[in-house]
Amino acid sequence: MTIRTPFSRRALLAAGAGALAMPALRPASAQSGPIKVGVLHSLSGTMAISETALRDTVLMMVEDANKKGGILGRKVEAVVVDPASNWPLFAEKARELLQVHKVDVTFGCWTSVSRKSVLPVFEELNGLLFYPVQYEGEEQSKNVFYTGAAPNQQAIPAVEYLMSEDGGAARRIALLGTDYVYPRTTNRILRAFLNSKGISDADIMEEYTPFGHSDWQGIVSRVKRFAGEGKKTAIVSTINGDANVPFYRELGNQGIKAEDIPSVAFSVGEEELAGIDAKPLVGHLAAWNYFMSVDSPVNTEFKAMWSAYIKNPKRVTNDPMEATYTGFKMWSQAVAKAGSTSVDAVRTAMYGQKVATPSGYEEQMFENHHLSKPVMIGEIMENGQFNVVWKTSSAIPAENWSPFIPENASRRKPT
Amino acid sequence: MWRVVLLLLVFALPVRAQGGFEAALPGLAGGFAQQAEAVERLGAIGDPRAVPILRALAEGRMQKRADGGLLIVEGGAVRDALTGAAAEAGEVVRINNRVRGALRGAFGRLQLLSPDPAERIAAAEGLFRSRSPENVSLLEDAVGRETDPAIRDRMTLALAASRLAAPEDVAKRQGIVVLGGTASAEARGLLLEARAANPALAAEIDAAVAAIDTRLQLKRVAETAFQGLSLGSILLLAALGLAVTFGVMGVINMAHGEMVMLGAYTTVLVQELCRGVPWLAPLSLPISVPAAFLVTAAVGVALERGLIRHLYGRPLETLLMTFGVGMILQQGVRLLFGAQNREVVSPSWMQGTLLLPGGIEVTQNRLWIILFSLVVLGLTVAAIRFSRFGLEMRAVVQNRRIAATMGIRTGRVDAMTFAFGSGIAGMAGVALSQIDNVSPNLGTGYIIDSFMVVVFGGVGSLAGTMIGALTLGVVNKMLEPWAGVVLAKIAVLVGIMLFIQRRPKGLFALKGRAAEQ
Repeated sequence: MTIRTPFSRRALLAAGAGALAMPALRPASAQSGPIKVGVLHSLSGTMAISETALRDTVLMMVEDANKKGGILGRKVEAVVVDPASNWPLFAEKARELLQVHKVDVTFGCWTSVSRKSVLPVFEELNGLLFYPVQYEGEEQSKNVFYTGAAPNQQAIPAVEYLMSEDGGAARRIALLGTDYVYPRTTNRILRAFLNSKGISDADIMEEYTPFGHSDWQGIVSRVKRFAGEGKKTAIVSTINGDANVPFYRELGNQGIKAEDIPSVAFSVGEEELAGIDAKPLVGHLAAWNYFMSVDSPVNTEFKAMWSAYIKNPKRVTNDPMEATYTGFKMWSQAVAKAGSTSVDAVRTAMYGQKVATPSGYEEQMFENHHLSKPVMIGEIMENGQFNVVWKTSSAIPAENWSPFIPENASRRKPT
Repeated sequence: MWRVVLLLLVFALPVRAQGGFEAALPGLAGGFAQQAEAVERLGAIGDPRAVPILRALAEGRMQKRADGGLLIVEGGAVRDALTGAAAEAGEVVRINNRVRGALRGAFGRLQLLSPDPAERIAAAEGLFRSRSPENVSLLEDAVGRETDPAIRDRMTLALAASRLAAPEDVAKRQGIVVLGGTASAEARGLLLEARAANPALAAEIDAAVAAIDTRLQLKRVAETAFQGLSLGSILLLAALGLAVTFGVMGVINMAHGEMVMLGAYTTVLVQELCRGVPWLAPLSLPISVPAAFLVTAAVGVALERGLIRHLYGRPLETLLMTFGVGMILQQGVRLLFGAQNREVVSPSWMQGTLLLPGGIEVTQNRLWIILFSLVVLGLTVAAIRFSRFGLEMRAVVQNRRIAATMGIRTGRVDAMTFAFGSGIAGMAGVALSQIDNVSPNLGTGYIIDSFMVVVFGGVGSLAGTMIGALTLGVVNKMLEPWAGVVLAKIAVLVGIMLFIQRRPKGLFALKGRAAEQ
């Protein structure tokens, strides 16, 4: 601890200075100045393919809020930083947003490793983060609202679909993922789920690759061999970022058709498909809680708002964008209800908030900081859009502590 | 259950052959299960009128009217599927994988005797997968008529698969023998599936599976070797330019990866320029090769003349400076082209799989890249061995001052050598654009690997670079199935570290006085 003395001294000084400045500055800026919204998404590096659109979504929502006269009568101002797909840099940028820019709320992160990196910062400084991406669960922080899906709202229904008659009645599953916390935890849950459905470990293949992996030939030919055991085989992909492009290219080149070995992806949406020729992928699946092709009045409005903002008819909408939209709407409603942007007041006001979302369902924020969401399975079409082939009839509450992980028994409330 | 339904359908066939076609059509616009059933019925009826309708369904060109009538979109015009009369557009009919599977089987039946060989192959493939006993007589007939041996082989396999599904044991045994003679993982899967349903035939099936396994073993070795060569060829391409700039000139060029990246972006640019000209578009990739060479060589000259030449003999400063140049190039490309990845279209001759004798499957793009890397290696060796420039380059490397007294302009040679190395990196970028994402970060993934190959192979030796790259590629791919992708890479790195401890100069150490300096 002695080593850290200079740092703590400095921290003490800073805290002291802050405390002195507080009475003079804080009320003034908190009541009359603009409301500051932090945007913490990678604009470069391997995750830029996915995250850039989320920055644009937040900026669009900010513009929309200002057009409607701001929030609490105050102007809304976005502060954009670029953590560059670099996980430790996420924490630094989060600190910058909270301490230097003094943002009232932050929308950000895609990969779980980046969320894990910023979590201690938000908890230490009592910030507020809206995380818009489906993830592995096993987390709940009073400083984070999770507007993407938990495993029971995406991964498990998707695998159930693959095992159903319509999905091809798969009895052998290849779990392929990028090597970090989200795929590993999701696959751990899925393995326990598959075991509970009578699929033994011999019928499960699990492989991980680094971010940005491009040489898929070995893995794809191993999947082919794995499929030659006389049982219908399917791929469950938790591959993240641009590694998906060479992966699907290799599937196409090795002649793996969706009719023979379907694959369902949890991180591939309209935005990722926009960069590739989707013809060889027709019939492969993705599980989300929203697709651009969903036919609902709110979605029509959302898409119109997006194309008007981005001024490019080619740009698509996708699930994490919808979750960002929903999160922003919910946060604005909570701020209006609380009458302040103070983190603690907004947190309490968030519980029970409801928003009619572009998915066509009304979603509600529960006290576990997670949304209820509908689940949809879409098949990739030639134009890079999805055709919904299956969906739940209502929005399902999230189980962020999965019942398929034994250690969670003590965490889960008895129901 | 569905087998019984199918059998009933077979018996009902002659009766309903006429009216069945119209009766089956409305099902195509129903739910997925209904669609699949309707497709199967149309396939069973065998009416050729079904072909354009099913094709429209498969290609997403089918629509339905509010009253359930079917419409087909052709060339922008909407027509009634039955009468051909012009009609108003309706709601698009969508399909799922189950329907797609049924379509493949139906096309198989309808197109098995098509005059187009490609359709016959697809039909045989479709029937292999849908494998139903009612196709046996159809396939027997088709095999008898087929003149193309490759297509006949496919049909024979489809026949065997259909026989395996037949009720009679004699037919099943025939099927087992044929399937056991292949080296196909799919045939193996079919046999294992049949084994569970036919305990009486277990011994025959086991023997057939064992025979396939022996062949698959060979195939696996061959495919692993190919994948290793492919990875090796990529390492070779990435390292070859570095073998010249680092190996021959001794410049630690951390911006080497960015030269590769610039080559890939040149490919994107050339492709976009060629897009407007129809006859030029398919040639954009071959045109990119010299274009990428020239662009990166020019950047190389600028870099060498502008910066590096002032730092000769100061490796640490060179390293830091080129690292900075690399970052500037990355950011510059990001500003010019955007942070998002750029798409490079693969020409059709670089897509799909090539089937070699013995059932060995190699992907075309990898095969072309292996050939390309060997050609680039050959050209590099030829340029250094046989050209005037190569002679001067070797002279300058061996003894700069004597070379200068012989009238060689050493500064110019330095610039040319660096340009040459950078140009090779640019050509590597063209190849990498076909298998990796074209992004500003493209190069960073290859710089470490390139240094690894050059050091492992022996600094200054092109033969060492080639052997080193191919060895690392094959070893990596051999380890992958056991260790997984991440661990295999770590194992290779540890192996190289141990190897360098034993042989600090790499595989092919240069000998002689020049090497001692």
